[in-house]
Amino acid sequence: MFDYETLKVIWWLLVGVLLVGFAIMDGHDMGVGTLLPFVGKNDIERRVVINTVGPHWDGNQVWFITGGGAIFAAWPLVYATAFSGLYWAMLAVLWALFFRPVGFDYRSKIHNATWRSVWDWGLFIGGAVPPLIFGVAFGNLLQGVPFHFDDYLVSTYTGSFWQLLNPFALLAGVVSSAMITMHGGVYLAHRTEGRIQHRAISGALIAAMVTVVSFLLAGLWLRLGGIEGYVITSVVDGGAMPDPLAKTVVRAADGWWRNYEQQPLLWLLPVMATCSALVTMALLIARRTGLAFILSSLAITGVIGTAGAAMFPFIMPSSTMPNASLTVWDSVSSHLTLGLMLVATLIFMPLIVIYTSWAYRVMRGKVTESHIRANEHSAY
Amino acid sequence: MISDQLVDLSRLQFAATAMYHFLFVPLTIGMVWLLVIMESVYVMTGKTVWKDMTRFWGKLFGINFALGVTTGITLEFQFGTNWAYYSHYVGDIFGAPLAIEGLMAFFLESTMIGLFFFGWDRLPKTQHLLVTVLMAIGTNLSALWILIANGWMQNPVGAEFSFQTMRMEMTDFWAVVFNPDAQAKFVHTVSAGYVTGAMFVLSISAWYLLKGRNVEFAKRSFRVASAFGLASVLSVIVLGDESGYMVGEAQKTKMAAIEAMWETEPAPAGFNVVAWPNEARQANDWAIEIPWVMGLIGTRSLDKEIPGIKEIKAENRRRIENGIHAVVALEALRKNRQDAAALQLFEQHKADLGFGLLLKKYVVDVRQATPEMIQRAVDSTVPRVAPMFWGFRVMVGLGFLMLALFALSFWSTLKPGGMIKRPWLLKWALWMLPAPWIACELGWFVAEYGRQPWTIYGVLPTHLSVSTLSVESLYGSLAGFVGFYTVLLIVEMYLMVKFARQGPGSLGTGRYDNEVHA
Repeated sequence: MFDYETLKVIWWLLVGVLLVGFAIMDGHDMGVGTLLPFVGKNDIERRVVINTVGPHWDGNQVWFITGGGAIFAAWPLVYATAFSGLYWAMLAVLWALFFRPVGFDYRSKIHNATWRSVWDWGLFIGGAVPPLIFGVAFGNLLQGVPFHFDDYLVSTYTGSFWQLLNPFALLAGVVSSAMITMHGGVYLAHRTEGRIQHRAISGALIAAMVTVVSFLLAGLWLRLGGIEGYVITSVVDGGAMPDPLAKTVVRAADGWWRNYEQQPLLWLLPVMATCSALVTMALLIARRTGLAFILSSLAITGVIGTAGAAMFPFIMPSSTMPNASLTVWDSVSSHLTLGLMLVATLIFMPLIVIYTSWAYRVMRGKVTESHIRANEHSAY
Repeated sequence: MISDQLVDLSRLQFAATAMYHFLFVPLTIGMVWLLVIMESVYVMTGKTVWKDMTRFWGKLFGINFALGVTTGITLEFQFGTNWAYYSHYVGDIFGAPLAIEGLMAFFLESTMIGLFFFGWDRLPKTQHLLVTVLMAIGTNLSALWILIANGWMQNPVGAEFSFQTMRMEMTDFWAVVFNPDAQAKFVHTVSAGYVTGAMFVLSISAWYLLKGRNVEFAKRSFRVASAFGLASVLSVIVLGDESGYMVGEAQKTKMAAIEAMWETEPAPAGFNVVAWPNEARQANDWAIEIPWVMGLIGTRSLDKEIPGIKEIKAENRRRIENGIHAVVALEALRKNRQDAAALQLFEQHKADLGFGLLLKKYVVDVRQATPEMIQRAVDSTVPRVAPMFWGFRVMVGLGFLMLALFALSFWSTLKPGGMIKRPWLLKWALWMLPAPWIACELGWFVAEYGRQPWTIYGVLPTHLSVSTLSVESLYGSLAGFVGFYTVLLIVEMYLMVKFARQGPGSLGTGRYDNEVHA
């Protein structure tokens, strides 16, 4: 089928697609969770908010599960090194996510204000914490992560959890949180009406503004603030057997800008991110919520694409042993596995898109308070 | 060197999180087909009671499913967080079924479950039934791919070690998919799930019948559950794990431990019904044996021998000693990929590389391994016998007890209202509620504990598979998982009991006892 080198690049793109898919699909659920305490002022309003994502959050969460599985299958060394190195960050994501399945299903099964309030805060944590941590993690990837390998390729992480929370990484966390909140607000505006819709739009507008400002600020910081990128200085043989110790890597002040200098078309990504977020705001004000959802999806694609394009071919640079940095060339699966997983993805991804679209079509329309009252025992 | 404490805590955390997860999975796998059956009857007959049955049992299904999803998230990522070296070493093979599970099965199941709960008024009857069927197919395909991954850990086929990438690489995907171990495990595990689903519905229906509540609803549920349960429990027993027994080396070791067979007996071997295994003496203190039976079950023949523990250990000693050469050659190759002499030595001994790596638990440089260390490594290759022996026997005993219950229950439904005349049967059905869970957990335990000291049998020792984390991190995360899960389990049990007690009245349709008022 494809040669090994091409497959490695295709898989970089595919992981990107899965990541963007996760951010768009599970992202709007998480954004709704983040906005829940601010948009829903009483029980029935909060039930309206929860039921906009009620039938879909579970399917959407599979983007996360499958993304994890795909990274395991295509980039096993990344799966191993990143998740064990960033142990407590990963556990914080998992534990935050624990609140969602139970929060959605159990919350309205009992008539008790305290019970419901606890699950509402659980849903807030499950929505707000993961995007924040993913952003912080991305901010750390851009700076390099302290890990090294021995001859057996056993990886050891030598940093602490607290040093992940450095200022630049926190700013990246703000970008991620704001963009996911914006997206959730746009979705909520599309599926609700009246007071709830009004509050959702206000939330989304603020979040979109923060997204644009923090995104541009992060770019400036990266350019002027002395964050070095990484560059491979040895000759790259893309078709070689993956061996992360076979290359030489140095740090360079303009490391993350070289791809942009060589391929000026890449500038379209940050431009798309910024403009889409601004247009999203305009569309929200004009109450064109469906179109706004598409634009906020494009904004998310632009933000993730901007970071990915800067780092290519790096996935996870090592700050303490730069030669051990993980790249698309040397932390991947075998030729056979990459080819096989591509076939599986090409078969199933279109099917997933088709039945997910069908599910949204079946459940389309506004969720209203009268709908909740009429389905007291079956609605979330 | 990796500390034993880190390894033990990592194992304990995986065991705890997997066993919590497996409290919810079998019920989901089984109950989803009961929902399909009930809804099919509704679509065919148009009788509302069948729709109410689908919705009420579906409500309990949902309460269970939520925790299945919650605890499942952990398992998808725990290989990376806590078993990093394992993930690197076998991700090329093991990752694929996990990813395909997501793409092919879990997406389908999770998308359809939303429509199952919220699509009743928005979908025509047949389309809603289609949703339920797709949800069931997704759930069961999920189990298939997970068990293909797990089967490969027991019997690692279709893969080869590469010293350049320092890992196992896939050579034959279809060998991995059609791994006989995986197929046998799949049939056995989903059938056990079907039994769990059937027992759940049977027990709760029996309780309504004992209380004389919602009798028409409960009678129908009882009938469906007893028929489905009888077919499933027969499938568990007849098509049980035994069909996979003699396939791989892992299973031979496991079987010797399960049967407390210390010596290789002349074929056909006898079956120890009960015995008192003594690890120190490497013998049973006493045993009640039925001649011939073990040989017949294990080999389906009268003349093939089943290796005993002592013979297995002797063979493993040879492989460990051989494996030392493989490890030494590998380490030379890692220093210099062009070392031709090392390559030749490695090729000669690489089949035993995994056995050589067992010594890494005791010494960094395997050339320094003392006879005492080798003896300890040899002894570690067979899991402790008593837990295997008893775990297996309790599981099988419960299986036969459930067979008797389902057979009698099914027989009682052959005459209209037959079960109501037999309160002893209803009480028995109620008391048997925990049985399938105990059996499922024990089955899982026997399969996984029985593979020790390996994560991948004969390839990668458990000891080398862990992430290089601090012991403090492990204490923290283990406490977090167990604490969090326990709270959620209590909440789940509370809701389950509340809604099971309330019964179909919780639907708010106005047709049942104990109606809820909005």
